[in-house]
Amino acid sequence: MQIIKDQQIIANNWQYIADNDSLPTGNITVSLTRWLQNQVQLQQHTGQIGVRIEADADINLLTKNLTKITLIELNFPAFTDGRGFSQARLLRDNLQYQGELRAIGNYMLDQVFYLTKVGVNAFALKTVKELETALSTMQDFSYSYQN
Amino acid sequence: MYQYNDNDQTLINERVTQFRDQTQRYLNGDMGEDEFRTLRLMNGVYIQIHAPMMRIAIPYGLLSAAQLRTLASISRKYDKGYAHFTTRQNLQLNWPTIESIPDILADLAKVQMHAIQTSGNCIRNTTSDHFAGVTPDEITDPRPYCEIIRQWTTFHPEFSYLPRKFKIAVSSSAQDRAATQLHDIGVHVIKNSSGDCGFRILVGGGLGRTPIIGTEIRPFLAQKDLLSYLEAIVRIYNLNGRRDNKYKARIKILVREEGIDKIRAQVEAEWLRIKDGMEIPAQTFIDMQAQFLPPAYDTNAQENASLIQAENNPEFATWLQHNTATHKVTGYRIVFLSLKAPDSPPGDILAGQLDAVADLADAYSFGEIRSTHRQNLVLADVNQANLYSLWQKLSALKLATPNIGTATDIICCPGLDFCNLANATSIDITHEINQALDNLDYLHDLGELNINISGCMNGCAHQSVGHIGILGVDKKGAEWYQITLGGSSANTAAIGQKLGASISKANIIAAIKAILATYIEQREGSEENFLDTFNRVGITPFKEKVYANH
Repeated sequence: MQIIKDQQIIANNWQYIADNDSLPTGNITVSLTRWLQNQVQLQQHTGQIGVRIEADADINLLTKNLTKITLIELNFPAFTDGRGFSQARLLRDNLQYQGELRAIGNYMLDQVFYLTKVGVNAFALKTVKELETALSTMQDFSYSYQN
Repeated sequence: MYQYNDNDQTLINERVTQFRDQTQRYLNGDMGEDEFRTLRLMNGVYIQIHAPMMRIAIPYGLLSAAQLRTLASISRKYDKGYAHFTTRQNLQLNWPTIESIPDILADLAKVQMHAIQTSGNCIRNTTSDHFAGVTPDEITDPRPYCEIIRQWTTFHPEFSYLPRKFKIAVSSSAQDRAATQLHDIGVHVIKNSSGDCGFRILVGGGLGRTPIIGTEIRPFLAQKDLLSYLEAIVRIYNLNGRRDNKYKARIKILVREEGIDKIRAQVEAEWLRIKDGMEIPAQTFIDMQAQFLPPAYDTNAQENASLIQAENNPEFATWLQHNTATHKVTGYRIVFLSLKAPDSPPGDILAGQLDAVADLADAYSFGEIRSTHRQNLVLADVNQANLYSLWQKLSALKLATPNIGTATDIICCPGLDFCNLANATSIDITHEINQALDNLDYLHDLGELNINISGCMNGCAHQSVGHIGILGVDKKGAEWYQITLGGSSANTAAIGQKLGASISKANIIAAIKAILATYIEQREGSEENFLDTFNRVGITPFKEKVYANH
């Protein structure tokens, strides 16, 4: 399934790796727990490393070796759960995270505009049609009071 | 009042387009019920028993005559020719269709109005003192701060999916008329010892199921730090507020469970990190204050210019005494328009009345109107020489019931007649109290008395801070009422105490009469108002009288 990154629909070249899976070649995402427990081993990995963050995670746990991470996925348990918005803002503004920040899980495409405003630059959605609609919503507002 | 610039106007126009598209996708079946529910709520649209209900934002309760005429026109075109003012100074329509909402928003946008964030788990309309800018007991006009907060809250990308709704009120007066102690954040404009304006910040107040009085989180905050401090509070709340139980999701529960010291430490740490980047430039305050300049008052206006008419007309004199208040400018009065006529639901207003009030505002009060937290309207700047003619016109419009601040100036939710959540009716209880208190002399003898009636424990009518609070409860399918006494949303805010077992609908008016009779018996002279008497004698005499025959 394709994703949106930096306002383009592109192929997703990352693999989801569960905590018990062995590491394949290529770009992989692991849970925050696995990242924290196996940082030394994971930094030997030849592909790029992405970390999946749950809504209740403490973002500050990522401070160490943050530059080794090139993708952070914010998992929304439900679209009504807005913690990911603050996590994104803190990752960008407080931890100065520069890599890809991707929204995954049960958010809705009508939240994409606000997500772009808090620093999320990549989006996994359910259908290609949703990806296309999400792209169009990124132009919903041409001015912002907050910055 | 604040006039939109191009950016403000562009934003609300774009909001109309956005919601039109969302509504279309929903009606086409491309969007689910749950998703659309969340999006429509953030445009003020509820689904109630009979029809959708739409809540239109009136930032800090300030309206122009032109806006009022548009509201009248909308209520005729899309509704049944009336509307309802709420306790958050907003306006509700009770009968629009979902399909018509985008058109209503488009009509509103033409007069710089909207329904943004009037519902949903986001930061709601910022409310303030309905006497802002005209009351003698004010430090400075709070509305420039309110508008700065309004803009910061509008479409805040990070804070639109909070654990629960979030309400901010601002007061700048010695007397708190904005119930700031009962808001998620209360902002008190104060001056420090150097004479600089700043803010005392309260957090974690709220009504509803668990009424709690707000706690001071910071005794003095410099002006320039207003938004960074609010941002720090809301960020800590967004990350840590409970999301497992909607009845425990407000910030008041977070503050109560974690303790104010821990919350303060978290907020201050976050604030120190962000404050420099979010400092408000001094010019912003100057520019915003210029949007709220006083009108061109007549410098020849005379105090007591309507005294002769008052001496000759007791009805006018009564109205003058109860429905007007002291203005800071010599020769002017603040005038209340009572939306509590005995035969109409509290806060309701007909389209014809809205148009007529717009005309009166143009003729008598520089074209501006305010809505109040107690669901009345205010013409804030009336030359005293015009009071008599204004009173005559208001009387003809049934907007001059001389009951402001009295027992029939009732805050009342729509109740079981309109609302999905209600356990019991509230409007008919209001009518019956009005019938019981139809003797004006008795009503005025009872003096200052707030009765608040909610049809369920969500407490939309703030019953827990009513001097007399009446709460509808369901008892095996029947409508019963729980009475509380001694609540207050003023300076000495207090949550009312339960009187005793709930009372059946058949007996509720008798109970209210017994409470009022007890007050008359117990008070030390007519100067001692209900609340003071209650605080002195306690609940027991009231309890004994009400439950004497039970």
